Amino acid sequence: MCRFFAILIAVFSLGGITTGYGRTATPDWNDVVSAAEGQTVYWHAWGGDENVNRYVAWVADQVRDQYSITLRHVRVGNISETVTLLVAEKAGGRTQDGRIDLLWLNGENFAALKSADLLYGPFTHQLPYFAYVDILNKPTTLVDFTLPTDGLEAPWGMAQIVFFADTAHVKNLPRSLTDLKTWAEKNPGRFTYPAPPDFTGTTFLKQALMDLVADRAPLYKPVTDVDFERLSAPLWAFLDSLHPTLWRSGKIFPANYPALRQLMNDGSVDVAFSFNPAEVTSAISRRLLPSTVRPFVFSGGTIGNSHFVAIPQTASAKEGALVVANFLLSPIAQARKADPHVWGDPTVLDVQKLDADSAALFQDLAHGDTMPSPEDLRRVIAEPHPSWTERLEEEWQRRYQR
Amino acid sequence: MGSISPLRTGARRWLRLFPPVTVALFLAPIAAGLMGTVLPSFGYLPGSGSAPLTLTPWRDFFNAPGVESALLATMVTGVGATVLSVLIAVAVSASWHGTRAVSSLRKWLAPLLAAPHAAFAMGFAFLLAPSGWLVRTISPWATGWDRPPDFIFVQDPNGIALLIALVCKEIFFLLLMIWAALGQVKADRLLDIARTLGYRPVSAWCKVVLPLIYPQIRLPVYAVLAYSLSVVDMAIILGPTAPPTLSVLILTWFQDPAPAMRFQGAAGAVFLLMCVFLTIAMWRAAECLGAKATRDWLTSGARRFADTAVRWISGGAMIAILAVTVGALSTLVLWSITNVWRFPDFVPSSFSLEVWQDIWPRLRESIVITSIVAMVSASIAIVVTLGCLENEQWNGKPTGRRSLTLLYLPLVVPQISFLFGLQIMFVMMNMDGTWSAVIWGHLIFVLPYTFLVLSDPYRALDSRYARAASSLGASPLRLFWRIRAPLLLGAITISFSVGFAVSVTQYLATLFPSVGRLPTLTTEAVISVSGGDRRVAAIYGLTQLALPLLVFGAAMMVSIRRARQFAGSK
Repeated sequence: MCRFFAILIAVFSLGGITTGYGRTATPDWNDVVSAAEGQTVYWHAWGGDENVNRYVAWVADQVRDQYSITLRHVRVGNISETVTLLVAEKAGGRTQDGRIDLLWLNGENFAALKSADLLYGPFTHQLPYFAYVDILNKPTTLVDFTLPTDGLEAPWGMAQIVFFADTAHVKNLPRSLTDLKTWAEKNPGRFTYPAPPDFTGTTFLKQALMDLVADRAPLYKPVTDVDFERLSAPLWAFLDSLHPTLWRSGKIFPANYPALRQLMNDGSVDVAFSFNPAEVTSAISRRLLPSTVRPFVFSGGTIGNSHFVAIPQTASAKEGALVVANFLLSPIAQARKADPHVWGDPTVLDVQKLDADSAALFQDLAHGDTMPSPEDLRRVIAEPHPSWTERLEEEWQRRYQR
Repeated sequence: MGSISPLRTGARRWLRLFPPVTVALFLAPIAAGLMGTVLPSFGYLPGSGSAPLTLTPWRDFFNAPGVESALLATMVTGVGATVLSVLIAVAVSASWHGTRAVSSLRKWLAPLLAAPHAAFAMGFAFLLAPSGWLVRTISPWATGWDRPPDFIFVQDPNGIALLIALVCKEIFFLLLMIWAALGQVKADRLLDIARTLGYRPVSAWCKVVLPLIYPQIRLPVYAVLAYSLSVVDMAIILGPTAPPTLSVLILTWFQDPAPAMRFQGAAGAVFLLMCVFLTIAMWRAAECLGAKATRDWLTSGARRFADTAVRWISGGAMIAILAVTVGALSTLVLWSITNVWRFPDFVPSSFSLEVWQDIWPRLRESIVITSIVAMVSASIAIVVTLGCLENEQWNGKPTGRRSLTLLYLPLVVPQISFLFGLQIMFVMMNMDGTWSAVIWGHLIFVLPYTFLVLSDPYRALDSRYARAASSLGASPLRLFWRIRAPLLLGAITISFSVGFAVSVTQYLATLFPSVGRLPTLTTEAVISVSGGDRRVAAIYGLTQLALPLLVFGAAMMVSIRRARQFAGSK
């Protein structure tokens, strides 16, 4: 009986916390900060990139010094492993005292956690720095792959497809899908893309689809059989004729983006693409790409999106996680992240909203010919509705996974 | 052991607990784990609202693109690798029995065994890919290639690279098991007799020794078969990509955030489990047929059987395997100190220790964590194994022996088919994210190996020592410490190092129970592979290799010193 009441009280107090934070009165941010003091935050984030790992270590130093929070970077190979762990937590009946306090995600992983009701929040309106996010010019900070974030994840950075070529072998950069195909026909075996459902590979399909359709509007609505049949037909025709000109004649594909970059570094291919605009700068400095590689984007624009941090419903250190999420949005953290020599991830903030000192942090950032020009990065094509992603991946596998 | 006096029933009673407790501790998690996979394969997941049971996940699985080719690739690589490694292992043992080549290979067996699969696979790819070391060695001067050639090897659609790599890795385990079995059937004496009757070495070995030792290596062969069919880490690095092998395909579904894909993955995992069992059953049937078919040949009196051919082919195969293994591991060393190494340079154009320095703090942390987990789980496994074996001695063989064969279950059940369910169990016990959960998770895989390696030498111990000691009034405990433990020290240390090495290589069994909080060398290695920097991957591969190697080295020293002491005291 005692136990029953204990659970009852726990349930009620939990409800109290959620409504208290989420809807009615926003408590003073200072209360959150003082509750966060001394907490340990376990942050699940992809750990495959040394630049990212170093940046997260810097964040950990900062929040330790400024807020007395112990931030632990739990490195994972793929954030979906964390989604699996959260699903297992739920299946095991856990409602609180979870092992994961913060996670780095977007797109499908967010959609899965949101629909399974595994996320805490809405919380973004509580974060003081959220007010500086450029929600007008960067709509993807509020809409993650067409799915509204509803305050359940805080934007952290921007990403956009950027192509790059080894200028030692490629003289005229192919600035459109048709140019790329013509180039590939003249240089067989020197271009490829990761095999969908790898997300970089799938993004190439979406990019090609966006460039091949006359009217993009249906791509932003849930997919229907009729639309899919009609709109994707040119894509398959395009790929059917492109594949024989690819690396290994399109019979095999690299598994993911790092494998693609490796091929470029070995000199196996001459053109590749990445989701990080600063990739060329950072990869050259780490000797992961030849120094003759230069970035370019299609003149018609390329697909872009945002990535986020979210807090699981079961998180043990919610206040700590909130403080970290807020720190990640601070001008100093965003400017450091945007520095190509640190990471090179474009900011989610509207620099014009910032005071002069903060804005200056962004002006000092390095540019140069290993970064795409700001004009290039302004031509962003939004992600299609996620239902298209699934259908494209499925159909690609059906056609080319023989 | 009839002479043991009833006075010592206390110890006997304690020992009697070992088999049931062991089986419970290790089978309960597997049972829970399997439940956690079988139920979702029918659309049921606890906590996600109870949907009625459905066959949709199974339908999705069978309709999923690429499943047929994935299954084909899995079967070709899994069965092919097992057949090849068994053939080569048997041929080498038969035709090179008693030679100096074999005894020196035996000395080097331990380090070859210790190489973790993922590290070996990375080295294998560095060596043999079209942009790999081998092609770099002969380019451009011999081939004219100043850019990597556009041929397909490594991740080839038929899985040939994966098959060869699996053979290279599994052969040493099979040799270890064959040579352990040889000692027990007193093969040398049998072979001497056969040879005096005029049988040539290969025929003598195949006709006299093989039928005797096959029952003892059957289980290891099944373990190799099951492993090759369900391998994940090596298949990701070396296997085909579109589609990958079945186990990798299932893993990508499990990693897909969409719930329907998880159910489909669960159905796939159950299907893979059935495939493994079915293949083992077919292998068993083939054994019977083979035994029948060769019965006449065995007793025909024919004295020779392609002796020279078998000798040279198996010798050549073994040298090739050793060369690939050593070459693969050397490329790891080279890449770990590389700054720039472009095609077609034979060696890196500039070296640097920067990457080592860069990741050293994390590397140190994961070395410490890996060592602690491996030490503790291997130690517990040794204690449990010895407890079960002692029980056999004191309480008679039938007690628990049959149930103990269940311990080998983790060797044949694919990991992905029960780790998710196991995780749910850990959450229910509020154990997830703790050291104990990780060690428990590892023990499930470590114990079968320590048992496999230790039980044969233990059972083969000359029982006259024990009988003499107890008739002199030694207690079971004293008997164990003063007689059996010293006699078995070599086997115990080797078994410990095998257990240690198995613990070091666990990926999902570390990541899930620790909720990622205990980064080991293997989790870091897999993450670094996802980052695509060969230098970082090589460093983790190398340390992942070095740690078990050190333990194996220490074990070898102990057993050699021990052997010398005994020789000296004679």
